[in-house]
Amino acid sequence: MKTSFEAIVKNYPNAKNDSLIPILQKIQDDEGYISENSVIKVGEYLKIPTSKIYGVATFYNQFRFEPTGKYHIQVCRGTACHVLGSASVLQELEKHLKIKAGQTSRDGLFSIEVVACIGACGLAPVICVNGEFFAKVTKESIKEIIDNYRNKESK
Amino acid sequence: MSFQIEVNNRNLEANKGETILDVLNRNGIKVPTLCHMKDFFPSGSCRMCVVENLRTGKLITACSYPVEERMKIKTHSPKVIESRKTIVELLLSNHPDDCLFCVRTGNCDLQKLAKEHNITERRITGVKNNHNLDLSSSSIVRDPAKCILCGRCVQVCEQVMGVSAIDFLNRGSNSYIGTAFDKGLNVSSCVNCGQCILVCPTAALTEKNHFPGIQEALRNPEKTVVVQYAPAITVSLAEELGFKPGKDINGIINAALRLIGFNKVFDTSFTADLTIMEESAELIDRIQNNGVLPMITSCCPAWVKYAEEFVTDFIPNISSCKSPQQMMGAVIKSYFAEKSNIKPEDIYSVSIMPCTAKKFEAQREEMTHNGISDVDAVITTRELAQFIRLYGIDIHNIEPEIADSPLGVRSSAGKLFGATGGVMEAAVRTTYYKLTGEELINFRIPEARGLKKRKEIKLKIGDLEIGLAVVNGLANAKILLDEIKAGRKDIHFIEIMACPGGCIGGGGQPIEFDENNVIARMNSLYDIDDRATIKVSHKNPDIIELYNQFLGKPLGSKSHKLLHTKYCKRDVLL
Repeated sequence: MKTSFEAIVKNYPNAKNDSLIPILQKIQDDEGYISENSVIKVGEYLKIPTSKIYGVATFYNQFRFEPTGKYHIQVCRGTACHVLGSASVLQELEKHLKIKAGQTSRDGLFSIEVVACIGACGLAPVICVNGEFFAKVTKESIKEIIDNYRNKESK
Repeated sequence: MSFQIEVNNRNLEANKGETILDVLNRNGIKVPTLCHMKDFFPSGSCRMCVVENLRTGKLITACSYPVEERMKIKTHSPKVIESRKTIVELLLSNHPDDCLFCVRTGNCDLQKLAKEHNITERRITGVKNNHNLDLSSSSIVRDPAKCILCGRCVQVCEQVMGVSAIDFLNRGSNSYIGTAFDKGLNVSSCVNCGQCILVCPTAALTEKNHFPGIQEALRNPEKTVVVQYAPAITVSLAEELGFKPGKDINGIINAALRLIGFNKVFDTSFTADLTIMEESAELIDRIQNNGVLPMITSCCPAWVKYAEEFVTDFIPNISSCKSPQQMMGAVIKSYFAEKSNIKPEDIYSVSIMPCTAKKFEAQREEMTHNGISDVDAVITTRELAQFIRLYGIDIHNIEPEIADSPLGVRSSAGKLFGATGGVMEAAVRTTYYKLTGEELINFRIPEARGLKKRKEIKLKIGDLEIGLAVVNGLANAKILLDEIKAGRKDIHFIEIMACPGGCIGGGGQPIEFDENNVIARMNSLYDIDDRATIKVSHKNPDIIELYNQFLGKPLGSKSHKLLHTKYCKRDVLL
C-alpha cells in the first residue's frame, strides 16, 4: 500500500537537510524506488535542488531509481560471498538479464540489487529472490534459477 | 590576533583564522592548487596544495588548514613534491589524454601541473574515464571524461548562481558530475551562464562551437555575412591577444573582422542604445500607468532563463525589451536588409558575445521572424581570439577602423552595458531626460558603479523619487527578489546580471579568471564614457534616424513587433 508523500513528510515537521535520507528511505520502502516525481516533491519540501538529492541518493547503494521487477534479486556482496566468487555471479546475472545492478529488465520481470551482507554467510555465495534464498550459487546454477522463474511466467 | 609561523625556515606573520594558503600567498610562496577558488569555502578535495607539517610529519592541505601558533611548515620538501607528483599522475591515469585535439590545450590547469611536476612518462595506468559527452545544451558542452572532479563548477553553480544544475553523482571511483537523473543539460535547470566553463581546470566544460556554420557562410558568395560585437568585447579581448588587460581595442577588432571577411561590422552598443530608448519608455509607462513594478532588465539571457524557472512570479516584472543582441539581429534582418536591398534570408548574422547564454538566447523560438532566426551564430570572446588566429590576422600590425553605419554609431551609455550597473546608468540618463527635459548632471550615477554584488540607489527625477537596485550574481538577485516578495515597495527598477561584475566577467570571457582583469575592463569602459562626446542614448544620431525612418516611436507598433518579446514558465527539474 502506497503512503502519500504528505503522510510521509508529516513525520518530519520542520525538516532540514539531515532528514533527506530518512525521507528517501521511507519513500523507497513504500514505493519500491525513488521516482523523479518524489525527488521533485522532496526538493520542494526540504528546499534542496534535485541535482543534490540525486547526488546523495546515487552515493548510496540502497536507493534505486526504477521500480523493482516482479522478481527482485538481491545479490550478496558481503565478505564471505565475495571470497567464494559473488563477483562473477553478479557479472553472469547482469549478462544473462542484460541489465546492471539497480536496474529492471524491460519486461518488468527481473531487477537486481546488490546488498552488502544478507547474513547467511554459511550459504555463500548466496542470492535472494523475493525472500527465497538460493545457497552456494554458481555461474551455471544462476542461469537455471532465472530460467525457472521465466518458465513459470510463460506458462 | 597575530603570531609567527615558520615556513621554509622563515618566520612569517599569520593571523588567527587564516588558512596556511592565505599566509603563503601573501608572502609570495607559491603552492599549486586545483580545487581551490578565492572567496569560496575550501573543499580540500584535490590535495594538490599539501604542505608538510614538520611538528607531526604529516601532509596537510594549505587551502583548508587554519594556521596555528608555533606551526612549522615546509612547502616543497621531498615528501611534498613526491606526493603532489603522484596526485597529478593519478589524475592523468584515467584522463583521455587527447591534449593535441583538445580546445584547452596550452590553457589547461592539469597540463600545466603535469609540466610543473616534470611528468614525462606514464607511471600509473588506470582505466580510462568513459562517460558520455553531453551535447544537448545549446550553449555548453559537457565532457565528464575529462573531468578531474575538483568540484569548482558545482560550487560556482550553487553559490554564485543559486542554480545547482549539476552535482557529484555516484561514489568513489564511479563518481562523476552530472545533472539530476543524469539528464541532458538542455532539460536541466542550467541557465547557460558559462561560469562553470571559466572555473573548469580542464576541457570538461566548454562552449558549443559555431565555427563551421560561420566559415561556410563566409565562403558562400551569395551570403552577406554581418557581425556584431557586444560592448564588453572590445575591452575584454586584449589579454587573449597579448595586449594589456582591459585595453580598448575597438578599432583593431573592426579591422580584424573585415580582414576575416565579414561584409558588415556593427556595434551591439548601438542596439544597447536602442534597448535604452525602449526600456526607458517602458519604465515611464509602467510608472505613470500603474504597470507592474519593479521593472527588471531583460538584457541578460541567463537571468531571463533563471526567472522562467526559479522565480516565475517575477516574469511580468521583466521588461519586454529584447536584449541588445536580439534587437540588433532583428534590426539587421529588417531595417538594414530593406535599406541595402538584401533579402533577410541571404543575410548570415553573427554575434560576438562575452557570454555563453547568448548562444541559447539566439535559438529561442521567440527570436525568429517568419522562420528565419534573427541571429544565426554566436561566438564568445575566447572564440573570437581563436577566429583571429585561425584567419592569420596579425592583430598588432593593423590600423584601427570604425564600425559600419547605420548600425555602428553608439553613445557611451550603450557601451556601459558591459559592466554591472551600466544598463541602469544608461537607462536613468535617458529616463531623466524624458521626464524632466534636462540632462542628468555629470551624466553619472556613481553609486551604480563598481563590482559590488548589490547596489541600491534613491534618485529624484523632478518630483518623482524612484528606487533603483543593481545586482550581479543570480544568488544575490534571489535574495533581493525574496525581499521584494516579502513586501519591499521602495524599488522601482532593477538591473540583474547573472555573472559577477556583469558582462565583463561573463562566461564567454578569457579563461584565466583574475578579478584585476575584470576591474581593468570596467575602468576601461568608464574611461570610454568620460572621453565620449555622446553620452546618452537619445542623442545617438543613428538612433534618431532609425526612429524617424523606420521604427516610428519607442513602444510603437513596429518596435513592438521587432524589439519586444515575451517569456514563459519553464518546466525543468529545479
